[in-house]
Amino acid sequence: MGTLFGSGIKRREDPRLITGHATYTDDVKLPGLTYAAILRSTYAHARLKKVNVARAKKAPGVVAVYTGADVKERVNPVPCAWNVPNCDLKTPPHPLLAHEKVRYAGDGIAMVVAESREEARDALDLIDVEYEPLPAVVDPEMAAQPKAPQLHAEVPSNVAFTWNVAGGDADKAFAEAAVKVDLRIVQQRLQPTAMEPRAAVASFNPGAGQLTLWVTSQNPHIHRFLCSVMLKVPEHRIRVIAPEVGGGFGSKIPAYADEALVCFAAMDLKRPVKWTEDRSENYKATIHGRDHVEYVELCGTKDGAITGLRAKVYAGLGGYASTAAPGIPTILHGLMYSGPYTIPNVKGTVYGVYTTTTPVDAYRGAGRPEATYLLERLVNLYARKIGMDPVELRRKNLIAKDKFPYTVATGITYDSGDYQAALDKALSILDYQAFRAEQAKARKQGRYLGVGVTTYCEICGLGPSQVAGAVGFGGGLYDSAIVRVYPTGVVRAYIGGKPHGQGEETTFAQIVADEFGIPIENVEIVAGDTEATPQGWGTYGSRTTAVCGSAVKIAAQRVKEKAKKLAAHLLEANEADLEWRDGKFVVRGSPDQAKSFADLALMANVAWNMPAGTEPGLEATAFFDPSNFVFPFGAHICTVEVVVETGQVKILRYIAVDDCGPQINPMIVEGQVHGGVVQGVGEALQEIAVYDEDGQLLTGTMMDYAVPKASQMPKIETAHTVTPTPVNPLGVKGIGETGTIASPPTVVNAVLDALAPLGVVHLDKPLTPARVWAAIQNGKKGGAR
Amino acid sequence: MIPAAFEYTRARSVADALKALGARNTKVLCGGQSLIPLLRFRLAEPKRLVGIGHLSQLKGITRTKGGVRIGAATTYRELLESKVLQSDFPLIGEVTAHIGDLQVRNVGTIGGGLAHADPAADMPAVMLALDAKFQLQSAKGKRTVAAREFFRGPFSTAMKPTELLTEIQLPALPANAGTAYADFEQLASGYALVGAAAVVARSQGSVTQATLAFTGLSDTPFLAKSAGELIGTKGDAQAITRVAEGAVEGVEANDDIHASSAYRLHLAKVAARRALTEAVERAK
Amino acid sequence: MKQSITLTVNGTDRAVNVESRALLAYVLRDQLDLTGTHVGCDTSQCGACTVLLDGHAVKSCTLLAVQVEGRAITTIEGLSADGLHPVQQAFWEKHGLQCGFCTPGMILTAVDLLSQNPDPSEAEIRHGLEGNYCRCTGYQNIVAAIGAAAAALRSGKRAGAAA
Repeated sequence: MGTLFGSGIKRREDPRLITGHATYTDDVKLPGLTYAAILRSTYAHARLKKVNVARAKKAPGVVAVYTGADVKERVNPVPCAWNVPNCDLKTPPHPLLAHEKVRYAGDGIAMVVAESREEARDALDLIDVEYEPLPAVVDPEMAAQPKAPQLHAEVPSNVAFTWNVAGGDADKAFAEAAVKVDLRIVQQRLQPTAMEPRAAVASFNPGAGQLTLWVTSQNPHIHRFLCSVMLKVPEHRIRVIAPEVGGGFGSKIPAYADEALVCFAAMDLKRPVKWTEDRSENYKATIHGRDHVEYVELCGTKDGAITGLRAKVYAGLGGYASTAAPGIPTILHGLMYSGPYTIPNVKGTVYGVYTTTTPVDAYRGAGRPEATYLLERLVNLYARKIGMDPVELRRKNLIAKDKFPYTVATGITYDSGDYQAALDKALSILDYQAFRAEQAKARKQGRYLGVGVTTYCEICGLGPSQVAGAVGFGGGLYDSAIVRVYPTGVVRAYIGGKPHGQGEETTFAQIVADEFGIPIENVEIVAGDTEATPQGWGTYGSRTTAVCGSAVKIAAQRVKEKAKKLAAHLLEANEADLEWRDGKFVVRGSPDQAKSFADLALMANVAWNMPAGTEPGLEATAFFDPSNFVFPFGAHICTVEVVVETGQVKILRYIAVDDCGPQINPMIVEGQVHGGVVQGVGEALQEIAVYDEDGQLLTGTMMDYAVPKASQMPKIETAHTVTPTPVNPLGVKGIGETGTIASPPTVVNAVLDALAPLGVVHLDKPLTPARVWAAIQNGKKGGAR
Repeated sequence: MIPAAFEYTRARSVADALKALGARNTKVLCGGQSLIPLLRFRLAEPKRLVGIGHLSQLKGITRTKGGVRIGAATTYRELLESKVLQSDFPLIGEVTAHIGDLQVRNVGTIGGGLAHADPAADMPAVMLALDAKFQLQSAKGKRTVAAREFFRGPFSTAMKPTELLTEIQLPALPANAGTAYADFEQLASGYALVGAAAVVARSQGSVTQATLAFTGLSDTPFLAKSAGELIGTKGDAQAITRVAEGAVEGVEANDDIHASSAYRLHLAKVAARRALTEAVERAK
Repeated sequence: MKQSITLTVNGTDRAVNVESRALLAYVLRDQLDLTGTHVGCDTSQCGACTVLLDGHAVKSCTLLAVQVEGRAITTIEGLSADGLHPVQQAFWEKHGLQCGFCTPGMILTAVDLLSQNPDPSEAEIRHGLEGNYCRCTGYQNIVAAIGAAAAALRSGKRAGAAA
């Protein structure tokens, strides 16, 4: 390895971001630009009797108004792209604009295109919609009942799929078990809240038949593909550019009707069109996350050996199946029920259920936080039932480090791990025994302290394309890079991934600069333009460094091999006699006989003297398809004090020990952990999307949806262990989602530990002061579950 | 989010603003920190706005006979920076420090906030506790309305559409008075789930005067009647608890996704107790 | 409906023709091409639109352009005419940003915060960011960056005073 790998150098993307010179989608301006605004349903569920746009069409500045009826023959519906097999999946069409029914408050009904933002907005007020209201159903468990209001005629009981997972014989294990615990858990719906709302700008060149779309996307190649489907335009005629993207957290993976409509209008009007969400529109029209109602059980022996887990999950999908929605509560959730433990018998059933709410899709962690949460809650309950320390119980059941690769009951194989080491490290940072003593002392003084310890592992680095195909994912999951050496010796890597805050413009440059022994200033990473970059599958699922980074490494190695060939030729030496030293190929034993990287860059590009049979140029493309997923792991600990009088929770310490393998840039890794943990703490303590029974979103603005603020969040202590994965040449695992996966149960278990003497056994997230206080009152009455 | 169109007039003087207010469907824009979000959501669609935030006649904090006069267009930041308030009415600064946020305090004004009359805003409770008087002016003249008569309901006040809130008058605090504010914030908006403001005066250890006001608890900020029961006591924990308990008796508390009415009532007692305890402590 | 007003933006007088209802944020972005000012919410919460008005941080999505006629506005593009401002530098050094969308508003708020309180505690910094949301960093490195910038500004002042 070179000298940059492992170094926490400053990020190369920052200068433009801190000076206001970055270009986000809404910053894109084009001559003749028009502005779109979308009229959205105010009802959660209704038949559309009439949509009258006559007045809007005559309004000042209005260029066009489109309704569902206008566009339905000319476009295809929004596709669902993760067709999970063997679960009787039903994905009824999701029209770009509703024309018969609306199925959530926020469903698009009409789009206005006007000369200015203001005129487009004004015209929305002139559209008359006549609704025939239908009953709403917002809870996934309620929606799956036989008498629930029906969203789609072709989906009885609103059940989009019934997915089963089983390994071992869970029913037998439960029948024979000495100890059983069970819980009903509500994993609340969340609003992802990327700080940049979604936006799209489309421009059509009729002469070339070429459409260009600037869009807030984590995966421009997937957007190109899905827009092609919706617009009936061949993929090669669409160029998708994801410029600077202001956070995603999963919400910018899916294809949305909105960007397809913008493209449609640009082609129809032959004028560029821009659309940008408001935050309140974002909260209704951009996907939500989580939304599970779960019935879960764990069984084991009296001395703490877990023998089985069963789960029945109602996963809300919202009004339609969003792009990856069916895969989230199944493949990315149910397959991970064992977590880091040896659980021989597992059985799960997941119902994907349509409800009259905003569609639900991948939100940071996507399925894995839910799996980790239910498991870690059950483990604590089990420990409490048998009177064992929850840490000891975990330790007893962790997969031992000499067992890897380890195949769990659900059939997937974990790559590598040393779970005990991470746990030990976290415990020693806290001094667990000392905290327990402090807790006991505090209780005598009437103060309630608690500690939560989570051991977790997760599946990411998605993933082998063959597996993607087998599980119905509508694409590959390899990734790609072109490494191109310019005549001056500057190197650019064009990558298939699309970083949007994760810092790969820096970490990938570290990989390339190391490979060639050149200053990092001579390396640039290019991402986000489908015309410039090779086919990739996007930045999500903590996959970019593991998969795309590996492609970068391999492409760079190929370039170096070619450079070596050229160097040997120019030096009239054998390749075998050359060694790479300080950015030069040197003839072993003759240090003055050398060719620098810059020399070779120039000579390859001018091609005056190439070895026989070698093509000019110095570039290589690599497509890397991993042999397996990667499985980062770790141990998180949180200590809290609960103010019993008010229900307020104060986090005393938060310790995160994560293992993502070798770290290219520890500063960036730490930043990912901070952000992920805080997002999970938000989930644990304050974030929740609330609908009323009519399907109106009551948390429709930032006045009511509690995005974590600086003053509400703890300082996080980070540490690491390093266990490389054998499945990629960098040995790296993912770190983008671990914080969000590990922290919700850590915080909740800490609070419930504090509340244990008050008779509180379980409490659903978020643990707002109001909820904690109510639970304490209930516990006092002996009413706790 | 784009407001519906309106005409904007930048008032040249208070008189000019009052004249403009005579026209139908006209609203005053001071700092705009409460009104502009409403305009953006088109929850308010006035035909005309009269800008007054820049008028120096409406700004400033000055000592009057025994009390202090605050111009309605004085920003929260100016309140925080005022030496006069720090010395004469420290309660104002304590509360102001957590109204809105740094940026909002730079523009938002005390008069604008009070006229907006958000039932969960902090300042109305303080005005009640301090027994502030509001000067209202229209083209026809001036009148003074006590804060205790001003707040009529959520976003509703004793002001007529043609009137302007021009100044806030704070009468001098009694000798040996202590003031305090305690609140619990709604996690998202930062507004008060419940806030309690207390003013207590003591003489030779005994409470001679006590005032307690709430915000956020119900649809209008209000003065707790039970506070008087503290008078004559030593301001001890028992007496305070009794007052705090009595203060919320019979109150119909708000109930929403952020807090049940039971929780709000409970927090109100806690806030009242904390504010009174602190005020008693400071009343020396 | 439109009227012409003059704003002093980043030190230069700019005449713009605006509707009464035009929000300062959109005038900066759409008419003056200063797209470093971002719009992240519609309830005056997130602070991505923060600019300096006569040196004080304000939310430009909650101000009418006509309201600030004649006043001086500093956007992120104009914060430092020469190299990086110490706050910008500290955000870079301390990894105080990830996606960068909230960053201009964070930086400008921090500039005002430090002008009011040159030596803030961690709690004071966190409280000072009440009106600025970040979804990426968990705030920790932002808080560290502002602390580092405060130290840099203080030592810069001392150096200036000594010279």
